[in-house]
Amino acid sequence: MLRWILGSREAQSALEKSSVLCIGEEQPQNCFTELQVLKGHFDIVRFLVQIDDFRCASAGDDGLVLVWNTETGEKLLELRGHSQQITAITTFKCRNALTTQTMLITASSDRSLSLWDPDTGNRVQTIADLHSSVKCLLVLERLCLWLSGGEELCVWNQDFQLQCHQPNPSDTGIIALIELPKNCVAAAMDKEIVIYRLTVPADSVLCLTEMQRLSDHRDQIRALINVNDNMFASGSHVGELILWDAIDWNILAYEHILWEESQSASEIRMGSSKPSEMSIQHLCSNGKLILAAVGSGLYVYSVLTKTVLAYRKVAHDSNVLHTMLLSDSELISCSEDGSVRMWEIQDLPLAAEPASAGFFGMLTFGRSSKHSGPPSKKVLDVSNLKMLELIGDLIGHSGAVQMFVSFKENGLVTCSTDHLLILWKNGERQSHLRSLKLFQKLEENGGL
Amino acid sequence: MIGSPDVVAFTKEDDYGQPNPEPWPPIPEEFSIPLYPLADSNPWAKTSYAKFTKDFILISEFSEQVGPQPLLTIPDEPKVCGTFDLNYFSLRIMSVDYQASFVGHPPGSGYPRLSFVEDSRVVLGDSKEGAFAYVHHLTLYDLEARGFVRPFCMAYISADERKIMLQFQELSLRFSQASECLKAGNRRAFAKELQRKLQDLEYTHSVLQREEGLQREADPQTRYSAHAVEKANELANVEKSIYEHRDLLKQITSYHGRPRRDPHAAMCHKCMSECLAECEDLLEKFSKLAGPLGCIGEEGQILTEDEAGEGEMEEDEDGVKRRPSYTPQLIRAKSAKCFDKRLKTLQELCDETFYEASMELLKETERSFRGDLCYLYTRRLDRSLRRKQKVTNFLFEEEVCEDNDEEVTIRPFCPVNHSVELYTLLKPPHIVLAPEPLEDATEPFSEISHTLDSELGLGESHLESSPSDQTLETQDSSEGTKCSYSSGTNMTKQQDQQHNLDSVISEAPDPDSDVTPDHERESSSEDMETTAGDDEGDHTPVSLLEPNGECEETPLEVCESDLLLPIDTACCMSQDGFLYEDLAADTADESDHNSKIQPPQTLVVNQEPQALHLLQDHYTVGSLSESPAAGLVLPVGQHADSVSHVSVEEGSDCTMSTSTGSDRAHSPFGYGAVVTLRQRRKAGQGALRFVRQYPFAIQALWCLLSGRTLVVLGEDEGRVRKLVAALALFVPGPGKSAERIQAWMSCPFSLSDIYRWKLIGLQRVSSPMGSSLLYSLSRYSRYISILDIDQKTLRCPPYHGQLLSNIADHRTSIRRGSSYFLHLQSVLCRLAAKAFLLTFTHHLHLPVSLEEGPEVVKGRRLCFLQEQLGLDEDDNEILLYLSQLITRQYLQPPSESTAPPCFSFKYTTSDLYKI
Repeated sequence: MLRWILGSREAQSALEKSSVLCIGEEQPQNCFTELQVLKGHFDIVRFLVQIDDFRCASAGDDGLVLVWNTETGEKLLELRGHSQQITAITTFKCRNALTTQTMLITASSDRSLSLWDPDTGNRVQTIADLHSSVKCLLVLERLCLWLSGGEELCVWNQDFQLQCHQPNPSDTGIIALIELPKNCVAAAMDKEIVIYRLTVPADSVLCLTEMQRLSDHRDQIRALINVNDNMFASGSHVGELILWDAIDWNILAYEHILWEESQSASEIRMGSSKPSEMSIQHLCSNGKLILAAVGSGLYVYSVLTKTVLAYRKVAHDSNVLHTMLLSDSELISCSEDGSVRMWEIQDLPLAAEPASAGFFGMLTFGRSSKHSGPPSKKVLDVSNLKMLELIGDLIGHSGAVQMFVSFKENGLVTCSTDHLLILWKNGERQSHLRSLKLFQKLEENGGL
Repeated sequence: MIGSPDVVAFTKEDDYGQPNPEPWPPIPEEFSIPLYPLADSNPWAKTSYAKFTKDFILISEFSEQVGPQPLLTIPDEPKVCGTFDLNYFSLRIMSVDYQASFVGHPPGSGYPRLSFVEDSRVVLGDSKEGAFAYVHHLTLYDLEARGFVRPFCMAYISADERKIMLQFQELSLRFSQASECLKAGNRRAFAKELQRKLQDLEYTHSVLQREEGLQREADPQTRYSAHAVEKANELANVEKSIYEHRDLLKQITSYHGRPRRDPHAAMCHKCMSECLAECEDLLEKFSKLAGPLGCIGEEGQILTEDEAGEGEMEEDEDGVKRRPSYTPQLIRAKSAKCFDKRLKTLQELCDETFYEASMELLKETERSFRGDLCYLYTRRLDRSLRRKQKVTNFLFEEEVCEDNDEEVTIRPFCPVNHSVELYTLLKPPHIVLAPEPLEDATEPFSEISHTLDSELGLGESHLESSPSDQTLETQDSSEGTKCSYSSGTNMTKQQDQQHNLDSVISEAPDPDSDVTPDHERESSSEDMETTAGDDEGDHTPVSLLEPNGECEETPLEVCESDLLLPIDTACCMSQDGFLYEDLAADTADESDHNSKIQPPQTLVVNQEPQALHLLQDHYTVGSLSESPAAGLVLPVGQHADSVSHVSVEEGSDCTMSTSTGSDRAHSPFGYGAVVTLRQRRKAGQGALRFVRQYPFAIQALWCLLSGRTLVVLGEDEGRVRKLVAALALFVPGPGKSAERIQAWMSCPFSLSDIYRWKLIGLQRVSSPMGSSLLYSLSRYSRYISILDIDQKTLRCPPYHGQLLSNIADHRTSIRRGSSYFLHLQSVLCRLAAKAFLLTFTHHLHLPVSLEEGPEVVKGRRLCFLQEQLGLDEDDNEILLYLSQLITRQYLQPPSESTAPPCFSFKYTTSDLYKI
C-alpha cells in the first residue's frame, strides 16, 4: 500500500514536474505577445511601484530610481541621489490644499530617506544620517503619516518631520509593516509580530505604544500582509501561514505548509528537503484568497473556507520571489529562475485520479497542521481542491525576476537581477492602439 | 525593387506590343532611310559606329580668329573621344547656332547695344560619325570681342540618338543651369572689365585734358594746328568711348530686370541681387564721374575732382571686398587690332567660382546620363515610383536618398552656395522617354521657323511638311541620315503645360486620371494657342498647329511606346549577352540592383497629357496610372565621381557597363557598409542556392518574413556569414545599414539581441561557453528559429501557406542568382504593396460603427486577408508583420523614437526539420 502510494506519488510529482516544464511554446491563453526591454539600471532592479495608470518607478542596487512610461516604454526621469542600494520604495500621496500629488519615498542603505516628485524629478525632501538603514516603509494615508522600519521604528509626517521614534528591541529589525484598524500597525521582526498603536495624547505629541507581541511563529517571519479589514496574514521561514484577526490579534487559522514528501515515510527525502523549500517568501491576497509563495511552489488558501484551495509544489525551477492574484482564478508568479508564470485555478477535470493525489496531499496537510484544526473536515472537503494550471510563462530575463507590477490590460512590468525591466504587453491590443494612432495621424496629416 | 529592365523587355514584347510598326512619327519617304542598317542583325552594332566609346560633353567656341574650335571635353580624358574628330564636330555644332545674336547699332540708338541672347537648344546628328548631340548655344560678353560677344556651345554627345531625344528636357534643364551659371559669372566679369576700362578711359581722358590745357596755356595760337586737332579728336573719342562704355554698363546692369523667355533661366536670387547691387554700385559711381565730365569747365577743377573721384573709388573698393584695386592705365588711341591679340579663355570670361561651378554641373550631368537609355529609364522610373511609396520603401527597397539627388536638380544652381531658403524652387523637367509629341515639337518650331523665316526663309516649307518638323536637315549628305532636331528657344509654353499637368495629376486621384488628361489636353492646347498667338512676330497660323496637336498625336504616342522596345530587349539580352560574355555577369548583376521589375505599361513616361490619356486607354491594367506623369528627377550619384574612373579603368567602356558606375555609387545607401553591392549580388545566388539545397527553406523564409528571428548556427564563419548575407534579402526593414542583421557572433545572446537583430549568425563552439550559448538558445527558443547548417536542420514553427512557394521552391527553374534576386524583389515588392493596403485600410483595423466589437473587426481583417488577398493563415502572419512594421514606421521612424523598440512574437510550437 505504502509502496503503491509512494509510487503513485512519484508518478504524480514527476507528472507535475514535467507539466511545469512542458508548457511548451504554444500558449494560446498567454496574451503577452509583445515586449519592450527597458534599459537604464546598472545593477539588480529590486523594486517596482506603480505611480499612476501609465507610470511606474523602478529602483535597485544601483541607487537609481527610474520613472517609466509604461505605455510607450520611454524612460521619463532618472532620480539620482542615493549613493547606495535602495532598500524600500513606496508611493506617497501628498495632500495639498487643492490637489493630491503622488510622490515617491525611497529608503537606501546609505541611511537616508528621500521624497521625490515623479513629475519633475526633484528631490523634494531628504533625511540623511539615520541610525540605521530603513528596510520597510508604510504610508498611513488616513493620518497623513508614514512610518519607516528598520532597526528602529519611526513615524514621520508629510513634511518629513520625525513625530515619534521607537527603538527596536530585536536584533534583526523590522522586515515588514502593515496598517491595522484603530490606528494600529503591525511590525514583523524576527519571529514576532508587534502591534503598535498610534495615539495622540493630551499634549498633542504623537506617541507609539506597543500593544501586543504575537510570537506564535516558530521561525523568522518572512511575509506580513493585510488580507481584508478583519484579517491579516503572516508567513514564516518554515512554512507556517497564520491568519490573524486584525482587531483582537487572535489566530484565526494556522497552516503549516509542508510539502507531502517531508511527511512521507522516507526520511532521506526529509533530510534532503531544505527549509528554504518551505519558506514563505511572499504573500499576497485579494481579500478572499491568500497566495503564498512557498519555496519554489505556490499555495492558494481560501480565507472564507479556511482551507487550501490549490497548490503546486514545483511551480518554478527555483524560489518564487513575488506573486500576485490577478483575479479569483488567475495568478502570476515570478521566480529566481528568471521566468514569470501565469496560473489558472481550475476545477479538477477528472475527479478520480488527480483527486486521489489531492487527497493524499490533503492528508499530509491535515496531519502537518500543528494547530488543532479540523483535519477530518478538510479531508471530506476534497471537492473543494482545485488545480493550479500553468497557462503561460514569460521568458525574457536572464536573471532572477525580482518583482513585477501589473497595469491590467496595459501590460506587466517585470524587473530582474539582469539589470533590465521588461514591459510585457498584449500584442493585439497594442496593434489596435497603433492602428488607431495611425489613422489619427493620417487624418491630421490629411493623407499620406 | 520595382522595375527591372529585363522583365520590361520580355513581357513587353509578348504582351503589349502594339500593332503599329512605326517607331517614329511618319517620316516622308525621302528621309526614311534606316538609321542603323545593321540594327536588325546586331543590336549592339550601333555603338560600333561611333568613334568614341561613351557619352561626353564637348564645349566649343566660335572663335573670331580661327573659327569653330573645341575647348574641352568632360570627362577630360583623351580616351573618351577616341578617334572622334572634335574639330569637325565643333564645326558641325557651331554651324547650327540659332541664337538671334544681333549686334551693332540698332536704329535710334547712338551706342552699341549688347545683345541679350537667349540660349538656343538644338539636337543634331551625324550618323557617319555615329554621333548625336544635344547642342546648347550660349553667348558670353567680352569687351574685346567683336560685337562684345563670344559664341560658345556646350554639347552632349552620344552615340545613341534616342537617348538624346528622350532626355531632351532634362538635358536642356541641366545645360541651361550650367549656361546660366556661366553667364552670371560672365556678367560679373564683364562688369568688372567695363569698370576697369572706364577707369582707364577716365584716366586717359583726364590726361588728355591736362595735356590739352597745358598746350593751350603754353601756346593759345596752336589751337587749330594739326596736332591740336588730333588731340581734340582723341579727347572726343575717349569721351565717346566713355559714354559708350557707361551705356554698356547700364545695359549689363539692366540684364536682370529683363523678362526672360527661357524657363530654365532661374538663378539663385541672392546671387542675382548681389550681382545687381554690384553693377548698380558701379553704375552709380561712374555716373557720378559723368558730372564733371559733362560740364567741362576749368581744368584744375576737373583734375581735382577727378582725383577726388579716384580717391573715393579707392575707398569704395576697400569697402566692397573681392574687388581688387586697380590702377588705371592710359589707353592708346588705337588698340591693337584683332588677329594678333589674345582672346580671353573661358575661365577668364567667367568668374572663377562660377566657372568651376558650371564645370561641376556639367560633370554631374555627364555622370548622371551615363549608361544606356533603357537603364537610365528604369532607374529613374524606379526611383520615381519608390519616391511615391515612401511609406513602404523601408521594407525591402534601397533607400532613395532624397536630399542628394532631388535638391541638386530642383533648385537653381548657386555656385556661391547660398542658404537653401533663398532658392526659388524650379520645377524639374519630366522624364521624357518618348520623343516630344508633335504639340511640343511644333511649338518650339514655330519659334524656330520664325527665326528661320526671317533669316533663312525656310520656315514655310518646314511647317508644311509637318512630319518632318522634327527633322531639320542641316547638311546634305549622301546618307541623308544627318538630321538635327531643334526645339528652339522658347520652352515656356511647354513648361506651363507641365505645370498644369502636374497640378492636375497631383490633385487627381487615381481613378480620375482617366478623365483628367482629356480635359487637360484641351486646356493645354488652348494654352498653346493663346501663347502662340501672343507671341509677337510669330507668323505661324494657329490652324497649322491644331491638326498636329489633336490628330497626329495618337499614332505618334503609340509608336513611341513601341519604339523603346527594341532597345530594352537589346540591353537586357546583354545579361546573357554574347557580346559581353565576360562582362555580362558583372554588369548585368550590378545593374540588377538598381533595375527594377516594372510593369510594362508604364514604359512610356511622358509629360504630355495625351500620352497619359493614351496610356490609360491602352493599358488599364496598371495600378500605377499616376506614374507616367511623375516628376522624374535625375539621380545624382554622390559617389559617382569616385566610381567613374573605376569603370574606366576596368575598360568596360560600353554603355551598359558604364552604367554600373552609378550603381555602385548607390549601393551604400541600401545596405550600408555591411553588405556591399558585390555581396548583394552574391546574396541572390546564395539565396537561390539555399532555396535549392534545403527543402525546408520555405520555413526559414517564412520565419524571416513573419518577423521571427532566425539564428544561423554553424562552426564555419565563412559559411555562416555567406548564408546570413543571402538570407538578409528576406529581412523586412533591414535598416539603412543592415542594423537588423548580425552576421557573426560567438557569445551567448540575450533577449535584446533577439529583438534587435532579425537574423543572427551564431558560432557553434564546443567550449564551456558553448553550453551557455546553447542554453541561451534553448531558453529563448520560443522567440527564434534555429537553422543549423552543420547538421542541416531547422527548428521553427511549421508553415503551410502558399505565398512563399513561389520564391522558395527548391525545384525552381531559375538558375541565375541575379534572376532569382529580381524575382524575389518583385515578389517582395508585391508583398509590400499588399501590406500597405492592409495597413491603410481603415475598416480592417477600426470598427465602422459603434456596435462593432473588436471581434468583428478582426473577423473582417481575416476575411480580407483570406478572400481579397487569398492568403492562408500562415501567410497572414507575414502581412500582419509587414503591416505592423509599416504602422510603426509611419507613426515614428525608429530613429526618432526614444522609446525602446517593441518586439512582437507568437507562442507557437516549433518543429524540427531535417533534410
